[in-house]
This record gives sequence, C-alpha cells and structure tokens, in this order.
Amino acid sequence: MIRKFTCILIFALFAHVSTLNAGTTGSEELTSSSSKDTASECFEGFSRAMFKLNHGLDKVIFEPVAKGYRALPVPVRKATGNFTGNLRSLLTLSNNVLQGEFSRAGNNAARFGINTTVGILGFFDPAAKLGFEDQGKEDFGQTLGRWGTGAGCYFVLPILGPTTTRDAVGLIGNIFLDPVYQITHNSEIDNGVVGNGNYSEHNYYYYRGTGAVDFRAKNIESFDSLEENSIDLYASLKSLYLQNRKQKILNSKSTIETQDDSDWEEIDTN
Amino acid sequence: MKKNFFIIVFIILGLTHKSFSNSSDPKQFIQEIVDEAKQVLVATNSKEYKTNKLSELALRTVDIKGVAYYSLGNYRKELNEEEMKEYLVLFEKYFLKSFTSRLTDYSDPKIDVLSIEVLNPKYTIVKSLLLANDKKPAVNIEWRVYTKNPDKPLIRDLIIEGLSLARTQKEEFSSVIETNNGDVTKLFITLKEFIAK
Repeated sequence: MIRKFTCILIFALFAHVSTLNAGTTGSEELTSSSSKDTASECFEGFSRAMFKLNHGLDKVIFEPVAKGYRALPVPVRKATGNFTGNLRSLLTLSNNVLQGEFSRAGNNAARFGINTTVGILGFFDPAAKLGFEDQGKEDFGQTLGRWGTGAGCYFVLPILGPTTTRDAVGLIGNIFLDPVYQITHNSEIDNGVVGNGNYSEHNYYYYRGTGAVDFRAKNIESFDSLEENSIDLYASLKSLYLQNRKQKILNSKSTIETQDDSDWEEIDTN
Repeated sequence: MKKNFFIIVFIILGLTHKSFSNSSDPKQFIQEIVDEAKQVLVATNSKEYKTNKLSELALRTVDIKGVAYYSLGNYRKELNEEEMKEYLVLFEKYFLKSFTSRLTDYSDPKIDVLSIEVLNPKYTIVKSLLLANDKKPAVNIEWRVYTKNPDKPLIRDLIIEGLSLARTQKEEFSSVIETNNGDVTKLFITLKEFIAK
C-alpha cells in the first residue's frame, strides 16, 4: 500500500515538473485568468494524427455500437448507466477524500450504499430521491488540479483521446485509486491485499467499456452537430476538453468562475 | 366604420411590434426567443422555412458583429477596413448557417428559463434547462446577454454545460489562422468553404 502511495506521489511530482518543462511546438493556447489553466500544444502533429485515428475508429466502431445501444429500451439504458455510474462513484469517492471534499465524499458514500443495496446493485438510483444527488465525477487528474498542478501540455492519446500532462498522470493514478480496478486486478488474497480471485480483469474493461458506450450514446447528436459545424474539429474538441476540465477542477457551475470575461471587455457594438 | 378601421390598425401595429421587438428584461427576452424558436421548429418539417425563420430571429437577437470581433480575437487588429468588411459579411453567413443547422434538428425542444445572474452592467447570464427526452439527458444552457443598451439586449454567447460556444469558436478560428502561419485571409477561405458546403 505504501508503495502505491509512493508511486502516486512520484506521478504528482512528475506532473508538476512536466508543467514547468512542457515545450511548445504550436502557439495555440487556451489561456484563462490563471496561468495554471494554460495548456500549450506539445506534439501537435502527433496529436492531429492520433485524432484522425480516433475519429476513424469512432466512425467504424464506437458510433455504430453506440447507435445499437441507443436502440435498447430506455429503462435498460438508464439501468446500465446507473450501474456503471455507481461503480464509477468509488473512484470519485477516493478523490473526494484526497481533495478534502468530505461533504461530497459523504454524499457519494451514502449514494453508493443506498444504490448498491436498495437500488439493487446500482441499477436504480433511489439515493437521488432521498436527497443524495449525483454531484459529478472526480478523477486523479482533477485532484492534481485541486492540489495546484498546472495542466501541462495538451495532446491526444490513441483510443483514450484528448488529455494533458496532468490528466495523463491522473489516468495512471486512477488505477491505484479505483477500488473496482483493484478488486478485479488483484487476487493476492492470501497476502492480505484487497482483492478477490472471483472477479477477473476483463470485468473491469466490460464496465469501463459499457460506461464509454453509454456516454457516446447520450451524445450522438452533439458529436454529429459539432462535426457538421466545425471548421477545425480538432481545435473545437481541444477547446471543449480544456474548458470542461477547468470547470470540473473548480467544482463550479458559476459562469464567473469558469469563463474568462476579460476577452469581451473591449468589444462594444452598441 | 372609422372606429373599426383604427381598431384594426392598432391590432396590426400591436402584432407587428410583438413580432419585431423583444423585451428589455433579459429573462423575458430569452423566454420570448425560446418561445419563438419553438413555434418555428414545431410549425413545419420544412428545413428551408425553419432556416429562414431562425435566421431572422438570430439577426434580430444575436450580436453577430460582437461575436465576429470576439471570434477573431487579436487578429482583428491585423485586418484593414476592406478586409474587416469582408470578414463581417462572411462571418454573418457562417454564423447563420452554423446556428440554424444546430437548431433545425430539434423538432420540439422543451426549455425552461430559470433565473438570471447579473455579472455587471454590460452582461447578464440567463440560466435555462433543456429538458431530457428519451435520447438525451437534460442540458443546462446559459445565455450571455449583452445589456450595455438596456433597451436592446442582445445574445453574445451560449454556455452549454459550462462550455462556451463563442470561446470554442474563437479557439477554432485561432487554430485555422495559426496552422496557416498567421495568415488571417486563409480563415476567409475556410469560412467560404463552410458556407458553400
């Protein structure tokens, strides 16, 4: 366990250093009121190539699968989304604690407890009706952001899509912090480590894959509209990704906090 | 007879006024836009009719010129007067095509206008919710309303689930210019290609 926390700390340190050393090949930036929110391009050529690859894979595999999933009855889709969301909430809970968001952690723990039992393994969401609303997902990239780590540079990973140095480190941190990953990948019961040999690794990938398909299915029209109306789809997705991450790190829905007004200041048209 | 004539004139004037001007209260202003857009979208399946009517609505209620300046960012300082004129014409066509294309796919959107947040004398955010349906979850939509002229509010941005469309567009324009070594006129070509699509 200590070894895992050491790894996380090393990754966090790496993220800080990467932010400082991030080289820039492209000049496009999403700059906000804080320099920490700046994300420069590191490997734009590589990223655009990966973006094309991902876009092709989406057209051939993910979108058709999402459309097939969309054909399922609404209650089935809703239950599937609830089930994967319930499992995902464990990673959120770990990060709530690391961020010192104990109220949110309590809310998530209550939601998980109620939905896993009364909600029959999370297929239903009675917790929301009892006042324990879903307060959004958290991951280790967001936690690093809360701790003050800058975004570093922006790039696109094959299959996994847009990310930044901080968020890529966060992906690795998620492995250590996600109880579902640990349970499905760790069968060292005899050594006293959390785990269960009955849960095989592929269950984890089914759960993550199903969550991804559910998300894609909910956003078919949005993706189509974005694609149809973009003059540079790569840049659009980059902007949306960075705005979204900033909002999630701030845990804020206030426009004043999440959007930078200064850009509008000098524009007067009436 | 004369009395009836005046009544008819007043009714026509009243209807005309209602059709071509909107409320100065930002929340009411957005509510009227939402209602009008909905009327257009449920009236017919004709895409041409919807496009024309939504374009009229946008021209009346969106600060297209302001969004055009914003989208170009600092690059607007590099354009001479003629280029700026050309850009504004191109942008309006681009904007209307993009705006109407995004909306015409909705057949019966249900939007609740919820509340307002006054940022400063020049800007008010109107918060609304696009209600969920069988295909899509509910979506929070915020409208950045430019209120410098309180009698004529204008929309400058839509912020969907915290993501600004104007900002995204600005980043996109910037990317097109940067990938063409800072040549702003290359953006014009890209816009023309989009309009002709």
